[in-house]
Amino acid sequence: MEPLESKQTYQEYVDKKSPNSPILKNCFNAFWVGGLICTIGQVILNICKERGFDTQLSGTIVSIILIGLSAFLTGLNVFNKIGKFAGAGSLIPITGFANSIVSPAMEYKSEGYVMGVGGKMFTVAGPVLVFGISASIIVGIIYLIFHTQSVTLV
Amino acid sequence: MEKLGSQTIKFNTPPTILECASIVGPKEAQGPLAKYFDQTLEDEFWGEKTWEKAESKIVKETVNTVISKAGIASSNIDCVFAGDLLNQCISSSFGLRELNIPFFGVFGACSTFVESMSLGAICIESFAKYVLCATSSHFCSAEKQFRFPLELGNQRPPSSQWTVTGSGATILSASGQGPYITYITPGKIIDMGIKDANNMGSAMAPAFIDTLITHFNDTGRSPSYYDAIISGDLGSIGKDIVIDIAKSKGFNIKNNYDDCGVLIFDKNSQDTHSGGSGCACSGTVFSGYLFKQLKEKKLKKILLIATGALMNSTSSQQGESIPGIAHAISIEI
Amino acid sequence: MDINWANVFDWMILLKSFITGGIICIIGQILIDKTKLTPARILVIFVTTGAILGGLGIYQFLVDFAGAGATVPLTGFGFNLAKGAIEGVEQYGLIGAFTGGVKAAAGGIAAAVFFGYIASLISKPKMKKQ
Repeated sequence: MEPLESKQTYQEYVDKKSPNSPILKNCFNAFWVGGLICTIGQVILNICKERGFDTQLSGTIVSIILIGLSAFLTGLNVFNKIGKFAGAGSLIPITGFANSIVSPAMEYKSEGYVMGVGGKMFTVAGPVLVFGISASIIVGIIYLIFHTQSVTLV
Repeated sequence: MEKLGSQTIKFNTPPTILECASIVGPKEAQGPLAKYFDQTLEDEFWGEKTWEKAESKIVKETVNTVISKAGIASSNIDCVFAGDLLNQCISSSFGLRELNIPFFGVFGACSTFVESMSLGAICIESFAKYVLCATSSHFCSAEKQFRFPLELGNQRPPSSQWTVTGSGATILSASGQGPYITYITPGKIIDMGIKDANNMGSAMAPAFIDTLITHFNDTGRSPSYYDAIISGDLGSIGKDIVIDIAKSKGFNIKNNYDDCGVLIFDKNSQDTHSGGSGCACSGTVFSGYLFKQLKEKKLKKILLIATGALMNSTSSQQGESIPGIAHAISIEI
Repeated sequence: MDINWANVFDWMILLKSFITGGIICIIGQILIDKTKLTPARILVIFVTTGAILGGLGIYQFLVDFAGAGATVPLTGFGFNLAKGAIEGVEQYGLIGAFTGGVKAAAGGIAAAVFFGYIASLISKPKMKKQ
């Protein structure tokens, strides 16, 4: 087969030539780092519950603490090293969401605090809020239709 | 100056590459070619507030260095060709705004260095005495523009490449003792449909093959004519691909071919994945390493083919494939 | 205030949380390595999946089982949004669908914005050394 014959043959040829990511190693690292972050969250959650906060509030406290921790590590230029090692292990927990807000904020500081930090802060995380919030509204409306016909519309 | 075959230009009074200069960033300073560069920086800001300003300063200082090394007055330089990767080539135009020499901004992505030298050589053959060519790139400013914020905790895939921080500049002269630019083969835009912006080597390899084979057909030369055939920034994956495809087309370049992106970093200890990239990749490796090899006559005939990926972040977000380009320049002493 | 540390470090709860969180991250890692999805797209997939599973009532089982192992990953953020919207609907009707989600996730969003701003004030991005 001649690799440069068509775009398709070349793509197949390139796929064969390009090295794969070390997926087993990556998954292992993602597993234990991600698991560890969740366990830290669980410890904080347990402490909150011991102190008598309700589930909702405890969950919020866990989020805020983990987000603060992630922002702190991002500010210390450490989070990207963790991310490089752990991949999804630090991306998927709420720490990754925080990092994706803090990192562009730091990066675009050079374009000023309003349009730089303020404007670019959501370049990576913006879609998460757009899709997350939109999905929740749709879920709410569907729930309204199927479960609560008796409730008056406002 | 005459046209040869389909694309190649032959110089009847070949321009001399009078002098070269290069400044590189901290990571390149830890690489295997560190000792060949004129100056290595300790940090990526170089006392400036932003990476963009730092990149402009690198261009400016490299150009100043090459002018003083060449020992000519800057007023004798007829024109400058320069370009870089940042939007509207701001590193070059901001870095050289106080130079007071007629300026041509050039964009050929990572092939800019050879593109500038080709245009410069044509100017020398037609009217100019001295022409300055320069290019630059900066890891941080390139990541910011093309990829993600530096502090984002993402993983780079194994096929990704590392943008070289630095600048290379050269002065071409109508008279001199060489090394001479004897031929140039400007490349065509070749797009083989690769869309993965983390696999630039594969996207640019077909353009390299096209220019390489056209050069040999036009000049009647064969790969063994050259002591070294050097590509700009195909990286280790691209290097592998072009050796393989060139062989299947009947050109064995395995023994004398290498890539600037492979040469500038130590792949294993520096974790640069597929190798270096960026305008400064071929710019600094030629200005630092290859030019000295030519001067010392360790290499006598080289074919430098700088490769470029002609895309931007908008085109890749819109799902466009990556068109590649490769310009060849034959340098002999 | 007295804290019963034996309850805080209940190994069974922590283990469930560790394993569930780890497995959710493995799913993300496979997406990263096997597809060409950018981090932003992966986060979007996770948050949307969480919201849908939350809306269907499935994710609640995972939360009951694994606690923070299910709420800390971004699917939990989506779940939280959906759960808030449902509770909002129960309380306020249609308006609740709009207010409930963000209300439930407000702490996290506000913290990320605030800490992001603070970090940009005091810190500068640095080049990766390796």
